[in-house]
Amino acid sequence: MSDKSLPAVNYLKIPDDGNPYLEGHKCGNCGAVFLGERSVCSKCFSRDNMSAIKLEETGVLHSFSVVYRSFPGIDVPYISAIVDLDGGGTVKGNLINIEPDPEKIDFGMKVKLTYQDALGRKDKEGNSYLSYFFEPA
Amino acid sequence: MSDVYVLGVDMIKFGRFPDRTVPNIGAEAALMALDDAGLTIKDMQAMYCGNLGQANAMVGQRILQEIGQTGIPVVNCANACATGATAFREAWMSIKAGIYDVVLAVGVEQMGKGLLGGAGGGDGIPKEGLLGSGTMPCVFAEAGMEHSKDHGTTFEQFAKISVKNHHHSTMNPKAMYQIETPLDVVMNAEMISYPNTKLMCSVNVDGSAAAVLVSEKKAKELGMGRAVRVKASALASDPYTDRDLVMPDVNACTRLAAEQAYEMAGVGPEDINLVELHDCFATAEMLHYENLGLCKDGDAGKMIDEGHVELGGKVPVNVSGGLLSKGHPLGATGIANIYEVCTHLRGEAGERQVEGARLGMTHVIGLGTACGIHILEKV
Repeated sequence: MSDKSLPAVNYLKIPDDGNPYLEGHKCGNCGAVFLGERSVCSKCFSRDNMSAIKLEETGVLHSFSVVYRSFPGIDVPYISAIVDLDGGGTVKGNLINIEPDPEKIDFGMKVKLTYQDALGRKDKEGNSYLSYFFEPA
Repeated sequence: MSDVYVLGVDMIKFGRFPDRTVPNIGAEAALMALDDAGLTIKDMQAMYCGNLGQANAMVGQRILQEIGQTGIPVVNCANACATGATAFREAWMSIKAGIYDVVLAVGVEQMGKGLLGGAGGGDGIPKEGLLGSGTMPCVFAEAGMEHSKDHGTTFEQFAKISVKNHHHSTMNPKAMYQIETPLDVVMNAEMISYPNTKLMCSVNVDGSAAAVLVSEKKAKELGMGRAVRVKASALASDPYTDRDLVMPDVNACTRLAAEQAYEMAGVGPEDINLVELHDCFATAEMLHYENLGLCKDGDAGKMIDEGHVELGGKVPVNVSGGLLSKGHPLGATGIANIYEVCTHLRGEAGERQVEGARLGMTHVIGLGTACGIHILEKV
């Protein structure tokens, strides 16, 4: 078992010295930004032209749903949000620290990333995980 | 290249059949389609079978083991909710290519109840509810909310789509439900993923549908009386769009397939008399009015408000009851909607008949993403 929290997804980076961040992979030819490592761009098909970039911490809410029914054991309601990050890249995640009421959530609202424990979820070995969330900026 | 015709087509009444097997459910529709064509399994030169839940289990061959093992080639295919349409299209292509004159396409699914989808499995910890939701009601809610953002579409407008399709299903004895479902009932049903309430989610059912496709030569030989011409068959995967890998883009994929289908058929949206489109959720149907060119971008809300998509309207959509009330057995859906359109083109749809229907369109979309569109024409 690790004595440190592990990243919930492979594009969440936790440096030994410094703050966690989300990593994108940007095409050097067309500028498309992907989550996760890859060697070929699915937009312009150029090869071996990808480089890792640190994604911005802020963005705007593109779309969302308030989820009232999920699988057993998952707390509801919560907001599932699609966010366009400033500087490129679209990320999906929970939007927290705002009432999960569709009337109170504005499209285009500014949000920022926050990194927190993954709702207490642990793997079979008992490891803890760090995840990312969005909150109003 | 030969034109391709649907000579026989049928579906079973959708329902829940936990005591039957997938091949057994598929065999029933296969026999019905053969009877409708006036042919037998001995006449079939190949079979294309669509099923998702047992994609690795040779469902097509197991159907033949129930209805006649003639040794013909069988292709099993899986393509999410476009599975049935893909099987039908493979059958169509085999005739177009001049390989066969008479082939059988079957779509079948046994579903079970409950939510489909879920965000990311893999290593570590479950991601559902941690990184948003990957459940289908949520994914399609997010797609619908994008429409709300751009065009001000309301919860009530989405809900009206479900009212319409439930109303249509009261006239379809093969639908899972035949229950009038007024607006307040739809809107006050359990909220699953805003704005989709439980009654705005497709019904998980078991079902099967099948079609016998023939070449022009064979159609003429057997009699064109009830034959329906396949005017276009299009299948698209998701083209690159900026958010697609995070938020599956059902719009771009549908628009791509629609453009190809209209071009192949040499017709435009204004020529289409009825449409069976993929209303897996009420939010999805709204998007496809525009994606299929039935109205201008931004006018989808008006299409439902002004009744253009009801039976008797300008272009009736989902007069079968749609996935929302007829039910959505994933692998069968793409052939069941071809059955519905053919039934209208044949003038055999009874109470729900779209009068004078000459051209109809079917559309399915499977997340991942695959869009299948067919345009069918009365002979």
